[in-house]
Amino acid sequence: MGYFYTIKDAIEEKGDDMLNVEHVSGGYDSILAVEDVSFQVEPGETLGIIGPNGSGKSTLLKMIYGGIKLDSGNISIHQKPLHSFSQKKLAKKIAVLPQHMEETFSYTVRDVVELGRYPHQQGWFSRHTMEDEKIMENAMKETNVHSFANHSLDSLSGGEKQRVFLARALTQEPEILLLDEPTNHLDISFQLSLLDTLKQWTKSKNLTVIAVLHDLNMAGLYSDRLLLLENGKQKALDKPGYVLEKEQLENVYKASLQREEHASVPRPLISLEPAYSNLSEMNLSLDQLTVNETEKLVCIESPFYWKTFSSAVIGAGFGWHRYFVNRHVEKNYHVDDVRAEFEYYLQKEKYDVADTAAMMTAAVLYDGSFVRVHGYPDIFVYVTAGISNAVDASLANQKETTLNQNGTINGWIFIDGTLTEAAYAQVMMTATEAKSKALFDKNIFDKETGTMATGTSTDSLLVAASQTGPTFEYGGTISPLGKKWQNLYMKQSAMH
Amino acid sequence: MFLRNNIYLAYLSGFAFVCICVLIGVSVGSVSIPLSTSADILWRSLWNLNMPAAVNETDVSIILNIRLPRVMLAVLVGAALAIAGAAFQGLLKNPLADPYTIGVSSGSALGAVIVLYSGLSLPLLGSFTLPVISIITGFLTLLFILGFVRMIEKTLRTETIILAGIIVSSFLGAFISLLIALTGEELRQIINWLMGSVSMRGWEYFGLMFPFFIIGVLLLLLNGKELNALVFGEETAKTLGVDTDKRRIVILAGASLLTGSAVAVSGTIGFVGLVVPHVVRLLYGPDHRLLLPLSIFAGAGFLVLTDLGARTIIAPTELPIGVITAILGAPVFGILLYHQRRHRRKG
Repeated sequence: MGYFYTIKDAIEEKGDDMLNVEHVSGGYDSILAVEDVSFQVEPGETLGIIGPNGSGKSTLLKMIYGGIKLDSGNISIHQKPLHSFSQKKLAKKIAVLPQHMEETFSYTVRDVVELGRYPHQQGWFSRHTMEDEKIMENAMKETNVHSFANHSLDSLSGGEKQRVFLARALTQEPEILLLDEPTNHLDISFQLSLLDTLKQWTKSKNLTVIAVLHDLNMAGLYSDRLLLLENGKQKALDKPGYVLEKEQLENVYKASLQREEHASVPRPLISLEPAYSNLSEMNLSLDQLTVNETEKLVCIESPFYWKTFSSAVIGAGFGWHRYFVNRHVEKNYHVDDVRAEFEYYLQKEKYDVADTAAMMTAAVLYDGSFVRVHGYPDIFVYVTAGISNAVDASLANQKETTLNQNGTINGWIFIDGTLTEAAYAQVMMTATEAKSKALFDKNIFDKETGTMATGTSTDSLLVAASQTGPTFEYGGTISPLGKKWQNLYMKQSAMH
Repeated sequence: MFLRNNIYLAYLSGFAFVCICVLIGVSVGSVSIPLSTSADILWRSLWNLNMPAAVNETDVSIILNIRLPRVMLAVLVGAALAIAGAAFQGLLKNPLADPYTIGVSSGSALGAVIVLYSGLSLPLLGSFTLPVISIITGFLTLLFILGFVRMIEKTLRTETIILAGIIVSSFLGAFISLLIALTGEELRQIINWLMGSVSMRGWEYFGLMFPFFIIGVLLLLLNGKELNALVFGEETAKTLGVDTDKRRIVILAGASLLTGSAVAVSGTIGFVGLVVPHVVRLLYGPDHRLLLPLSIFAGAGFLVLTDLGARTIIAPTELPIGVITAILGAPVFGILLYHQRRHRRKG
C-alpha cells in the first residue's frame, strides 16, 4: 500500500470543490466555538480535524452537516450554499457517523441500515424498492455486518455496532462522510480496520472523508491533510508532515511530546512524554552503574533505564534497557537461531529480556577494560576485543562469507546526557572510526587479504544515554563529546 | 427474530382480534347473548338487513343501542391511547412514555372538566367544544412539560420526563379536585369519570371523537419512518434527512389530538399507551411502520376486554375502567423501568 500525495492546485480546481468552507464562525449560545475557519476539500480526499478538547472540532463538524447554524461565513457543496439544501437533499450528499449512539428499542441491523435509504425515498407511504435492497445488501457486505443482519443491535459489541452505523451511512450513498471520533471505544484492530475501510472507499468510491480524530498518530496515518484547531481558530492546514510538528503541537496541546518517523509508512509519529517518569526521583548518573563480572558473563546493571542504540544481538536498534550483558561463548559456538538461544540463556540467568541489551564474544572476558571519565559529559566505556578474524572492510567484496567467526570487538558507551537521534548516529560513526584507527595503530592485518584490518566481521556497538541533563545535538568527531570519548575508545581497543 | 415475515398476516390477525373482542364485548353482560346471535345481529345491522324472526327484539336493542356504542367507544379510545403511546415512546426515545405517565392526560382532563362543569360552548364548535378544549389543553401541557424538561437538561432523559409528568399531573389534579369541590356535585360520579369510563356515553360521544381520531391516526401513520429515525436521536435523524422540527410538531399534534379527544369522552385511562405498544413490540419488533398500525388493533381489542372486565367483575357494580388498566399497567411500568435501568447500568 502506498501513500501518495498528489499536489493539487487549489486555485485551478476551485470550480470543482466538493466542499468549500469559507471564514466560518459560530457556536452555542453566543459563545464562539469556531472562529474564522476556512478550507476546501476535494473529492476522494481525507481531511483529519485535530485539536485539544474544546477546540471546536465537533462544532465544526456539526456546522458542516447543518447541525448548528453559522454565525458568519459560508459553507457550500459543489458551490451551492448549505442552507439551500433541504434536509433530505443534504442527507444524500453528507452522511455522518456519530460519536456515540442512543438506542432505546432493539432494532435489527437491517432496520438500522434501512434508515440510510430514507433520503432517497419519495412520497408518504413509499416502501423500499429492489434497488434500495441491493444497496443495503452491498453496504452490509462491505462492512461485514451481513452475517448478523437479522440480529438485534443491542446484542452486538461496540465495534460491530460501529460497523452497522457505517453501513447505514454508506447506504445513504453520500459524497461526503463525516466522522466524529469514530475510533472511540474501539479496540485497536477495529480502529485500524475501520480506517482502512474508509481509506479504501476514498479510492474506490471517490468518497470524501472528514474525520475528527483524537489520536494524532491515527490522524497522521490516514489523513491526506490535517486541520489543526486551537480555541476554535485554525492553527494549521496542511499535510501531516507539516502539521504534526513538535513545537506547534506542544504549544497547542500544552504537553511535551516527541516526533519520530513511522517505521514502515512515510508519516510522522507522535509520542507523548509523561510528567512523571521512573527517572525523575533518582540521581541519574554513571555512579549508579554496577558491574558484575564472571568468567562467562559481564553485566553492567543500572537501577534506571538508558536509551540505547545498538547492533547488539538482543535489544538491537533503539530501545530502553537497564541490563547490559556481554556473554562469553566458546569458539565453536554454533546454533541456528542465535537470538532464541540467547533469550533462553538470559532467562535462565534471571535477566528480564525486555530490559536487556546483550552481545556475545569468544574473547576472554577478564581482558575487557572499563574506563570512566568525569567531565562534560560523564562518559563510561567498556570494550572487549578478540581480533582473531580481523578484516579489512574496504576489501570485503573480495571475501567469501563465512559465518561463525568469533573474534569480536564489542563496545559499550554510556553517556550521562541527552542525545538526539543524530547524535546517536554520529557517536556510532566516531566509535567505528576510532576502532579502525586503533587496529591500524596496533598493526593488525586481515589474514586473508594481507591488508590492514578495520574491524572484525561480527563487531557490535552500543551507545547508551541517560536522556537527562544537558542535550548533545552532535556526537561527531569535531564535537567535544566526540573528541573526548574517541580518545577513550581508541585507548581501550588498542589495549588488546 | 420477530413475527413479521408476513406483514399482511400481522394486519389480518390484528383486525380479527378486534372483531372477536367486539363480538365478546357485545355478547357478555347481565344478559348473556350467544356469540353466534350477536354476530348475526351485528352482521345484519352492518348491511341494513332485516333481522330474522328468531332473534329477540330486546337482544337486538341491547346489542345495538346499549352495548355496541360503549364497545365501539372503547375501540376508539383504546386505539387512540395505544398509538399515541407508541408515538410518544418513539419520539421521546422512552419506553415508559404514555399519555398518562407524561401528564398529557391530566392537561386534557383539566380542559374537559372546565368545559363539563362550566357548560362552556364555543361558537361554531357546539358540542365539539369539549374535545377541542381538551385537545388544546393537552397539547399545551405537553409543550410545557417538554419545555420544562429541556430547561433541566438537553438530553430528555427518561426519568426526568416521567418526573416532570408526575409534577404536572399532581398540580393539574389538584386543580381538578378544587373545581369539583367548588361545584359541589356528587363526588362518586366524578371520580368514576376521572378514573375513566366508556359507559353511558352513547353514539353521540363516538361521533365526538371520531373525526379527531381519524386525523390523529393519519398524522402518526405518515411518520412511521421518521419515528424510526428519531429513536436514534434528533441529531442523527437530521443527518438521515428527517426534517425534525416539522416532524416533531406533527407527531406531537397527532398524539395530542388522539389523547385529548379520548380523555374528553372517557376520562383519564392510564397505561393503555404503555402496555399495548410494549406487547406489540415484543411480538413484532420496534419498527414504527408496523408498530403504529398494529398498536391500533391491539389497543382497541385490549380496551374492549378491559371494559368487559370492569363491568362484569363485581357486577352489578361497575368499576371505572382506569382501575383495571392501572392494575395491569402499573406493574408493567415497574418492570420496564427495572429492565431499562439495569440495561443502562450494564451498558
